[in-house]
Amino acid sequence: MRGLQEVNNMVGIVSYGTYIPRYRIRLGDIAAAWKKQGDEVVSSLKVTEKSVPAADEDAVTIALEAALRALAASKGKPSDIEALFVGSESHPYAVNPTSTIVGELLGIGNNYLAADLEFACKAATAGMQAIAGLIASGQTRLGLAIGADTAQSKPHDVLEYTSAAAGAAYIMGEKKLIAELLAYTSYSSDTPDFWRRDGVQYPSHAGRFTGEPAYFAHVMGSATRLFEKTKTQPSDYQYCVFHMPNGRFPRDVARRLGFTEAQLAPSLIVDHIGNPYSASTLLGLAAVLDVALPRQKIFMVSYGSGAGSDGFVWETTKELGKRKDTVQDQIKNKTYIDYVQYLKQTHKI
Amino acid sequence: MTVSIIGASTTKFGELWGTSPRTLAHEAMDGALKDSGIVAGRIQALFVGNMLSGMLGGQEHLGAFFAEELGFSHAAAIKIEGACASGGLAIHAAVNGILSGQYETVAVLGVEKMTDHKPEDVATALMGAGSSQERASGCTFPGLYAILARAHMLKFGTTQEDMAAVAVKNHYHASLNPNAQFHRPITIEAVLKSHKVADPLTLLDCSPISDGAAALVLSVKHQASSVKIVASAVATDTLGLAQRASLTELQATKEAAMRAYKQAGIEAKDVDVAEVHDCFTIAEILALEDLGITKKGDAAGGIRRGEFTLGSAKRVVLNPSGGLKGCGHPIGATGVKQVVELVVQLRGMAGARQVAGARFGLAHNVGGSGATAVVHILKE
Repeated sequence: MRGLQEVNNMVGIVSYGTYIPRYRIRLGDIAAAWKKQGDEVVSSLKVTEKSVPAADEDAVTIALEAALRALAASKGKPSDIEALFVGSESHPYAVNPTSTIVGELLGIGNNYLAADLEFACKAATAGMQAIAGLIASGQTRLGLAIGADTAQSKPHDVLEYTSAAAGAAYIMGEKKLIAELLAYTSYSSDTPDFWRRDGVQYPSHAGRFTGEPAYFAHVMGSATRLFEKTKTQPSDYQYCVFHMPNGRFPRDVARRLGFTEAQLAPSLIVDHIGNPYSASTLLGLAAVLDVALPRQKIFMVSYGSGAGSDGFVWETTKELGKRKDTVQDQIKNKTYIDYVQYLKQTHKI
Repeated sequence: MTVSIIGASTTKFGELWGTSPRTLAHEAMDGALKDSGIVAGRIQALFVGNMLSGMLGGQEHLGAFFAEELGFSHAAAIKIEGACASGGLAIHAAVNGILSGQYETVAVLGVEKMTDHKPEDVATALMGAGSSQERASGCTFPGLYAILARAHMLKFGTTQEDMAAVAVKNHYHASLNPNAQFHRPITIEAVLKSHKVADPLTLLDCSPISDGAAALVLSVKHQASSVKIVASAVATDTLGLAQRASLTELQATKEAAMRAYKQAGIEAKDVDVAEVHDCFTIAEILALEDLGITKKGDAAGGIRRGEFTLGSAKRVVLNPSGGLKGCGHPIGATGVKQVVELVVQLRGMAGARQVAGARFGLAHNVGGSGATAVVHILKE
């Protein structure tokens, strides 16, 4: 399968770690607070419950939790990390990087490139591509890409049903890879479907405009180019992963591209935890890596409003070892809270 | 003096994300001019039907705006606003412009671009068509029509299934119309199971938010074969529902229809094809009754029995374009599109959705919850 190779030097995933806060709220409980029909909301969004951060959790703590797990899985030293990019749209500070706080707490030292990325829900996959480029160029040997969010949403906005909290961290390198990066693409345009002005507490969105001209146009654009670049088709892959703003969009785009439900199903974390923004696609990938066998190919496309999509083709290797504390384990480890407690934990009251 | 429609055209209706109002206007008007066989320089006046360009897009002064855009150099140009009846009112003004002797040949443009804006902003802007009390109470138009639906259900035993049958019929008709927003037939069960918007109205009881434009060229210098406008009537009622004598009829529709039938010298039973204002399914039931096509309380049963559906209609086919429900509802364009559809029908050029042997067509355009009603009657 080396014929697929588009990345000149070997680059891929050394290890990964994820973190999903344990708190959950059922969509039916949110719907009830607003006198909506819970079953209608669930059937429309295809999401049953979403993760909620604890009152003392933010994008920094979540990024750190995920990164600690990735480091533990790599068996490497924190000081081996030479680049650290954190993608989030809920960085606690407008000015003051999340990446250096996380780097300090991880004990990376000082000899590393740190940067915060913001590109709605695809900031972390942009970080992944940037690190892949640094590694392929020989500039960096190991890099850490993290997606972490405590997604904001205004009470009574439709986003309230899906905006969730979680993080995923990937150590990328050139040796001892559990998944090789075979090709990647990106597809971007100025499409104002979802935004948050500086200083404004909650994001705005353009309703149905977030669908066809935004999510679908960009995911399809990146995916189509990835198929062309790799001269592959959906049947060449064991798994596919797409950004999951709700349960409907990834299912729809997978079907349009020609993937089966079986190829998509292992990645669909959205049904149970909602959309943790920049962690969404990377959690989907982690859920697939949790169950994948060696020499299996994964087709992945993220989406970030504003807008852009990053596409990746991964192929797992025999380095895939026993996986602990899987995404499914974390999904199942949960404590339900009611709507009032949800408002407290997300600092709305 | 008789006013003829010598050119008629409509764009596709729908979520036209990549199309601007200028492009929509050009597409519709270029089509109408081409259909008429005259050049833009012959247009003496332009009447633009539009509701939301100012509130949503910050652009007013649409008369001059589109006269410039469409190349109607120095022509008289006027924007007409009457909520969802803006298109019908623009035609009414154009007809009067000709009948007064002021103009010989005029153009009508109905245009609306809604999907560029947030749904809550669109809903707020649309409530500009309601009364101040209704706005203050937080009502939106689905809520107001839900009140009318409840009243009709209580008085005549109309059911949610009856209303759903309107949506089923109009989505079927839309499936035959290449310019319609929706092309997939639906079932009564699907309507009933769709999300509740304002009890008893579900999502599929409601017309959509749409983009689109439609255009007409009217003239006294008519071609022998052109479709004639034989009646153009407008009536109004209170803006708010609370001030109405009855919630089971729209008095403005009854008044406008009565005047139109008198102008045309026909009766309701003479109408072969009608485009009526089905912004919500209950609105088509009300229209059918208030236009005198059926007796009060009889419309719902007739619709469920297929008496107004293409292929099984007994006398008049209702909303062969798909109506607002299936074809889409770009506010200012709707009233003009209704007349474009009738022109196509009366010319016998409607293809798969052709109403056989149609001679008289009726267009019924409503503003607000019935504060304005416009009725046009066309003859082949």
